[in-house]
Formats: sequence, C-alpha cells, structure tokens
Amino acid sequence: MSAVFAAVSTDAPIFVAQNVFFAVVALLMVGSALKVVTTSNVVHAALWLVLVLAGAAAQFILLGSEFVAVTQVLVYIGAVVVLFLFGVMLTRASMGDDESVAGEKRSMAAVVAGLLLAVMSVALIDSFSDDRVVIDQPQLVTTVADSIFSQYIVPFEAISVLLLAALIGAIVVARRD
Amino acid sequence: MMTLGELAYWELTSLRVAGGLAAVLLVAGTLVYIHLFKLVSFMQSRLGPMEAGPYGSLQLLAEVGKFLQKEDIFPRKADRFVFAAAPFVVLMSTFLLVVVVPGGPDAWFVDNDLGIYLAMAVSSVSVIGVLMAGWGSANKYSLMGGLRATGQLIAYELPLMLAVVGVVIEAGTMNMQGIVLAQANGSIFGWSGLGNPFLLTQFVGFFVFMIAMQAELTQSPFDMPIAESELVTGYMTEYSGMRFLMFFIGEFATAGVFSAVAAVLFLGGWYVPGLDATSNVFNVIGPLVMLGKVVFLSFLVFWFRFTFPRFREDQLQRLAWKFLIPIALVNIVATGILKVAF
Repeated sequence: MSAVFAAVSTDAPIFVAQNVFFAVVALLMVGSALKVVTTSNVVHAALWLVLVLAGAAAQFILLGSEFVAVTQVLVYIGAVVVLFLFGVMLTRASMGDDESVAGEKRSMAAVVAGLLLAVMSVALIDSFSDDRVVIDQPQLVTTVADSIFSQYIVPFEAISVLLLAALIGAIVVARRD
Repeated sequence: MMTLGELAYWELTSLRVAGGLAAVLLVAGTLVYIHLFKLVSFMQSRLGPMEAGPYGSLQLLAEVGKFLQKEDIFPRKADRFVFAAAPFVVLMSTFLLVVVVPGGPDAWFVDNDLGIYLAMAVSSVSVIGVLMAGWGSANKYSLMGGLRATGQLIAYELPLMLAVVGVVIEAGTMNMQGIVLAQANGSIFGWSGLGNPFLLTQFVGFFVFMIAMQAELTQSPFDMPIAESELVTGYMTEYSGMRFLMFFIGEFATAGVFSAVAAVLFLGGWYVPGLDATSNVFNVIGPLVMLGKVVFLSFLVFWFRFTFPRFREDQLQRLAWKFLIPIALVNIVATGILKVAF
C-alpha cells in the first residue's frame, strides 16, 4: 500500500512497548516455527503453524495494519490451515509420531531455509536500513480500499483473473469425466 | 467525577473482559432456559424442568453443578494436549466474537473500523477447535464428526460472508456501530418512517444469512457433525464433565452471539424506530433492545432446529454451493447496482 511505504522516515519516534511486544511475539513465532519443522507428527506441525500465523497477525496489529491482520486470520488460520488439517486427517490420521516424516530431506531443507533467510535479511536491511514506520493511528479500511481501487487497480485485477484461472483449473483437474 | 476515558489501559481491559463474559454467558444461559428447556418442552406437550427454582429457572445452575462434579476423563490413546485444548479454542472464538457487538451509542466493547469483518475472521477460528477435538479423541466416530463439521463450516462460511457483503455495501461501512446508524438514519427510496432496517431492503441477505448461520451453529437440520444416531455426537463423543460443558456453553453462546450479529446487521441493533439515535436513552434501553432481538432471532434458530429432520451430507453441500452462494452473489450485484443508481 502506498500509504504504508510513504509513512517511513528515519526520525519517527520509537515506541518502547511496541518493540517489547514485537520481540515477545517474534520469539514465540520463531519457537513455533522450529516446532513446525522438527515435530514428527503432521497434525501437531499444522497446529504449531497456526501459532506462527497468529503471530504474524499480531505483528500486523502492532504495525497498525488491522485490515491485513484480520485478513491473515481469516485466510490463513480460518481457511488454509483448516484445509491442511482436513487433508491430513482424511488421509493419514494416525495418532502419535510418524517416522516417515523425518527423512534425509531435512538437511537439504535446512540449507534452503538458511539461504532464504540470508537473502531476505540482506534485501530487507539493504532497502530499509534505518527507516522507521510512522504509526499515528491504525490504518483505516477506506485507505486500503482507495489505494487498491485507484493506484493498484491493474495488479489487483490481474490477480483476480489469475485466481479465477486457478479456480477453473482446480475444477478441471478435480473432474473425473 | 471519573469517566471511562481516564481509566488505565489494564482497567479498561478488565472491564471489557468482565462485560464480555457477562454478555456471552448471561445470554447463553437465557437461551438455554427459554429455548432448550421451555420452548422445546411446550412444542412437545410437556412442562420441562419445574423443580429447581420457580418454573425450573435454576435448573441451569443445577446442570452446571452436575457437570463440574464429573470426572474429567481422557481416552487412553488420546493426544492429551490437543484433546484438552480443543474446547478452549472453540470458546475463545465465541468470546472474541462478542467484542464487536454494540449495545448502545456509547455502550460498546470495541468500536472498530473492521467490525463485521473481524467477527467473520474470529468465528472461522472455531473450526480449528472442532478439528482438534475430533482428531485428539483418537476415535473414528469423533474424527468423522470433526471432518463433517469442517466440510460444513467451510461450505457455509461463504454464503454467510457473501450475505454480509450486501449489508456492507448498503451501509457503506464495516463498523457495527456504523451499520446500526446507517439503518437508524437511512430511508427506503425516500421514505424514512422506519429508518432503513436492512431486513426490508436486504431480505435476500437475511434469508441467506439465517440459513448459513443455522449451519454454522450445527443446529438441526444441519447437525450431521454431531448426529447422535450415526456418530454418537461426533467430535464431542469422548468429552465429559467440564470440557463437555465448555462445548455445550460454546454451542449456545455462539447461537446468542451470532443472533446478536444478525440483529445488528438486519434488525437495526440497539435502535428502535421513532427515537433519536443519538439520545442517551439508548445507552440504557439499547442492551435490552438487543437482548429482545437476540431472543427473537435465536427463537427462529431453535424453532427450525426442533421442526426439521436432518439433511443428508450431499443435500447439505448442494444447498450451500448450488443455491445459497448463487443467490447471495446475485444479491450483491443487485445491491451494488441499486446503490449506485439511487
């Protein structure tokens, strides 16, 4: 959103309470994320993922982006994780640990995750370095709506068409006849 | 004199938590007594509970006392933590729902810009609790119940939200307080005698919302997830004592809170036509007006529950995807066109 990126400056005030809560939530998220990849019970992994995604929603609220936070809860926790759980329970609902989950792919996955972390950290620090987000008040829904339907109308429509195509594709793949 | 604005954040939060608990639990208790104990009894030509208190009005306390005394049983193969946490996830979703419901011009918990969108988001979290209960019980019937519940809740969340979109277009805001005021100050094609209760102008949305709400609450005729004759109450089979009580409270509290949301969206919330919407009177009578509307709407829910037999699973999915969602979409298009035209 333009409103978010415009509201970045190097001399904005620092809110201590906000930073403390950021740290608390971030630690919870990292801990839960580690449990997602280390637990050998698939259902537990999906439930830990709920905590990670809820933490992301909490971080959005700390940044004053309530609309994004609520969308995060609605889409990721209310729909994506539910579908994960639904699929896992429908196919392999075994209780207890599933040893086939912990395979030799883990070391490669760790390497990929480490590389991704490095690239994203460098990119974020490089582009924002000392900038601070200015949060005067929670971002209003009308602001989000105005920027989507004026400045970002073309990408928005493109994504809509892409989603529609994916939807039709899913139906075509799922049909037997 | 001290006003609410001078209270510290933690004091305000404590007040909100206490108010939210009261708003959820008192309404749930009222619904259980009026509808489950008495209404269904009269429909079946019997008296219902009569012994505890006048007309059995204290029966509920006796029931709670009974559940509290029972042993908290865990099945041997159950996943203890997931099994134990599931009722809390379901109840948490209900308690978070109530914060957006306003009771008067100044009587609200949170006057949030997102309002109804926030309500829809937190209500969708309860599905996770149901799945946790179904899987954590280590019981085939429970798992089947959890899966059925999930399929149903996902299918009916869509018409529920699409029905809300029509209201949001007409009110021009997602703020619950704004939706009430839009109905209080609105007019129907220039006639403002009643304001603009969206029940009259969004009757298609109301119809879709109430059916989808019935399914979201898993009340008959949409009670396949807990169908006692097929699944032995589904995901709740293994629960006893306090944790079963939590599911039970959750069921009726969610019925009450969803009725309150429907009352705000379609019946004008705390507003009654003929009075000035800004007057202080509404801070006193508003919560009572809301309670009246909640009791009325939940009466409809329970009337349906006690009247219709259960759907089949395929009929349930067909009703959502081939009937409710298309008419909800047509309703959105029609509302949008009329909004721009007038």
